[in-house]
Formats: sequence, structure tokens, C-alpha cells
Amino acid sequence: MSHLDDPARPAPPLGMLAELTHRCPLQCPYCSNPLELTRKRDELDTATWQRVFAEAAELGVLQVHLSGGEPAARPDLEALVASCAEQGLYTNLITAGVNIDRARLEALAEAGLDHVQLSVQGATAPINDHLANLPGAFDKKLAFAREVTDVGLPLTLNSVIHRANLHQIPDLVELALTLGARRLEIAHAQYYGWALENRAALMPPREQVMEALALVEAARERLEGKLVIDAVVPDYYARLPKPCMNGWGRQSLNVTPAGRVLPCHAAETIPGLTFLNVREHGLGEIWYDSPAFNAYRGTAWMPDTCQSCERREIDWGGCRCQALALTGEASQMDPVCERSPYHDEVQTLAIVDSKRDDDFTYRRFSRQSA
Amino acid sequence: MNPSAPALAEDAIVRLPRGVRLREDKARGGWVLLAPERVFQLDPVAREVLARVDGERDIGAIVDDLAAAFAAPRERILGDVRAMLADLILKQVLEVV
Repeated sequence: MSHLDDPARPAPPLGMLAELTHRCPLQCPYCSNPLELTRKRDELDTATWQRVFAEAAELGVLQVHLSGGEPAARPDLEALVASCAEQGLYTNLITAGVNIDRARLEALAEAGLDHVQLSVQGATAPINDHLANLPGAFDKKLAFAREVTDVGLPLTLNSVIHRANLHQIPDLVELALTLGARRLEIAHAQYYGWALENRAALMPPREQVMEALALVEAARERLEGKLVIDAVVPDYYARLPKPCMNGWGRQSLNVTPAGRVLPCHAAETIPGLTFLNVREHGLGEIWYDSPAFNAYRGTAWMPDTCQSCERREIDWGGCRCQALALTGEASQMDPVCERSPYHDEVQTLAIVDSKRDDDFTYRRFSRQSA
Repeated sequence: MNPSAPALAEDAIVRLPRGVRLREDKARGGWVLLAPERVFQLDPVAREVLARVDGERDIGAIVDDLAAAFAAPRERILGDVRAMLADLILKQVLEVV
């Protein structure tokens, strides 16, 4: 019997995030990477990644997001793109755009790259370079964006939004149009990893968040057909939880630089789960049969309130990592939900954080493990 | 249909822009349109239309071909194809040459 015929079998994944490396020239304080970054010596080698891409295609993955860290820190990036293309996988390069010159970009396009997503930390050099903690980064990004469109590759601009750049949303829209981007992602910071560490320096005030949401909505309508605008909403102030990853183990998987396979970026923060490694296990086995992927799959694991909620297969219970970070238990209701007993506490916490004046802790490799 | 959708003439030629690909989805069955950060699962009708989009044939020729292949009234097919393609143009997964 094939997987298609078995109703109890989870559907195959659509997308895979390949975190090729944690090395990055930027030090953004909201980075989604874990606080304990993987060293170069522990990264998967070229051949292993190529095997993983073949297994992903076989499993049913359609799109691969080549990310990091900065994926261009890997000298074998062109070879990895070519492997994905050979497998028919759609490749999306998620880059900071400060270390890819014209020749390399052309080589990537030649290898079959489908799309480039460029991050900007703000719409102006002072804000961008302060957030990235890298002087000159903004100018390099602008030059890179022009090369991308000049080479003929489709460009998405991505900006993570927080207290220090929330006022720049109209400028980001203008920047995306000026640079010829076809798509803009306005992604409010999600508080995991480094962003959780920096929450008190990043959390915007509630009223500004609401204004920003309205601005994005208006821009989206005004620019329909010209610029696709996708928004990742700030959920601490929300009434309903986000459908994190569209459900645990439902559509996508992450492979870390060291080869561990996760249902999402922050899953390793959850105690008691064991994440299998592509060095020892096949991707299909991990997706279908590993206890970690099955832990919060579907609706059976949900608390009673979620089980009886009409939104259980819309929100998929929200986010497990957020439940853990804010309540201490990964199997709790997502505390953002207004039906959670922790809901008021989370709203208060966001308001308190938004009024603090903390400095950033920039994303860096820890000294101890150097 | 969205009121801001551009009117498509019969002699208009459309194509998939770079970064958008049509392919079979063997794992789930059916065909998909792959675009930046998006996957569109196509119904059989959409698949038949997009399979004929090659950046050379105009919309009129595509409609003729569909009308012959499915022995259906040309006017109805033309209306459906125009609406479908206009919607894809708004979503930026199709462009007029």
C-alpha cells in the first residue's frame, strides 16, 4: 500500500529548510538560530547534503530553502544548488547579500537557482547596519539586490520587524518597489532563540503594532498585482495563536547544519524530544516514524480546550516552543490564545517588555565552545 | 473575478515568469505551480490550461486547442481561461509577454 492510500499516514512534506551553516557576517539580535551555534567543523559535508536533497525529493519535498546563518559562507553552495536542481527541487536562497559577488551570483543562477530572498534589517543604512552590527552592510545589500534583478532572478525582500524599525514599514515598501522585488515579507520578530534573549529590546508597543498591521494591509491592497506582500504577524498581542509551521510535522522540516532534523527552528528547546540525524537515519524514516515528529502531530496530543475548539485544524494548537517558553510546558495551550489561562500574563509581559530600554545582545558564537 | 484584474485580449501571449515552475507532484498526485515561497496545487482544468502556456501561443490559440480537445463551447472556455489567467497574473505567477 502506498502512502497515498493510507489515511493514518501523515502527508509528505512540501518544504525543507536546509540550514547549511550557522556562520554569518551579520549579528542580528533576533536571529532564529539557537543560542548555542554549530561550529564549522560540525557541519554536514557536501556529499551528505546532496544525499539529503535526493531523499527530500524522493519523500515529496517540492521546495528547498537554503538558509543559515549565511548559506554563501559555504564554498559548495553552487554544487548544492545544482544537486537540488537535478532533483527537480525548487531552490530559494535566503541570504544577507553581503558576501556574494556578481560572478558567484551568476554561477548560482547557472546552477539552477530559482529565487533569492534578501534580508534587510531596516530601510536605511543607520538602522540596518546597527541591527546587523556590520558597518557598510546596507550599501552591499542594495548593490546585491540590483545584481539579482539584473541577472534576471526573482527577488524577495525580507525584513524582521521590531521596536527599532517598526516605523519604517512604508519605507520598506518603497525600497522593495525601487529595487524591483516581486515580493516583500514583513515579518514581525518571533520570540525564539536570540529574539527571545532580546525580547525586552525588541518588543514594540501594542498601539504601534496595530498601526503597522493596518499599514501593511493598505499597502497590500494598493499594490496587488505589483508587489506580493506577506506578513508574519506579531502574536504576543494577538487573541488567537498562529498556526505555527501550519502544524507540527505537517508540511515542512528543518535540517540543522549538524544534520539534526527538526519540525521547526526552535524545537530543540523542548526537553525530552530526541531529534534524529541525517548522518544515521533516512529523511523518510525521520518524517514518518520518529517519536519527535509524531509528538505533536495532528490533534490527539492537544489539551481538552484545543481538542474541543473549532479552530483545532486551523491553528493546529499554535506553537509548542512558545508554550514551553512562556508556560514551562510544551504541551500546554499556546498562551497567546485568549482561552489560555496564561493569555493575560503574556499580554502584560509584552507591554512591560515594550517599555524597557535594554541593549541588544548580538548573535555570536559563544567563547566557551570556541 | 477581481475588478482590478487586467483585461486579456485574445492575441495576448502569457508565460510563466522566471522563478515560477510547473511540475508534476508525484508524492501527492496532480500538478503544482511552484513560486517564491508558495505552492499552488492545480486542479485538472488549470493544469490543462497551463500545460498550453508556452510563451508563444496566444490566448486565442490556447482556447481553440482546449475547445477542440474537450469538445466544449469556445465562448465558455474563453471566459474561464481569461478569468483564470488574469487571477494568476494578479498573483504574479504569470506575466504577459
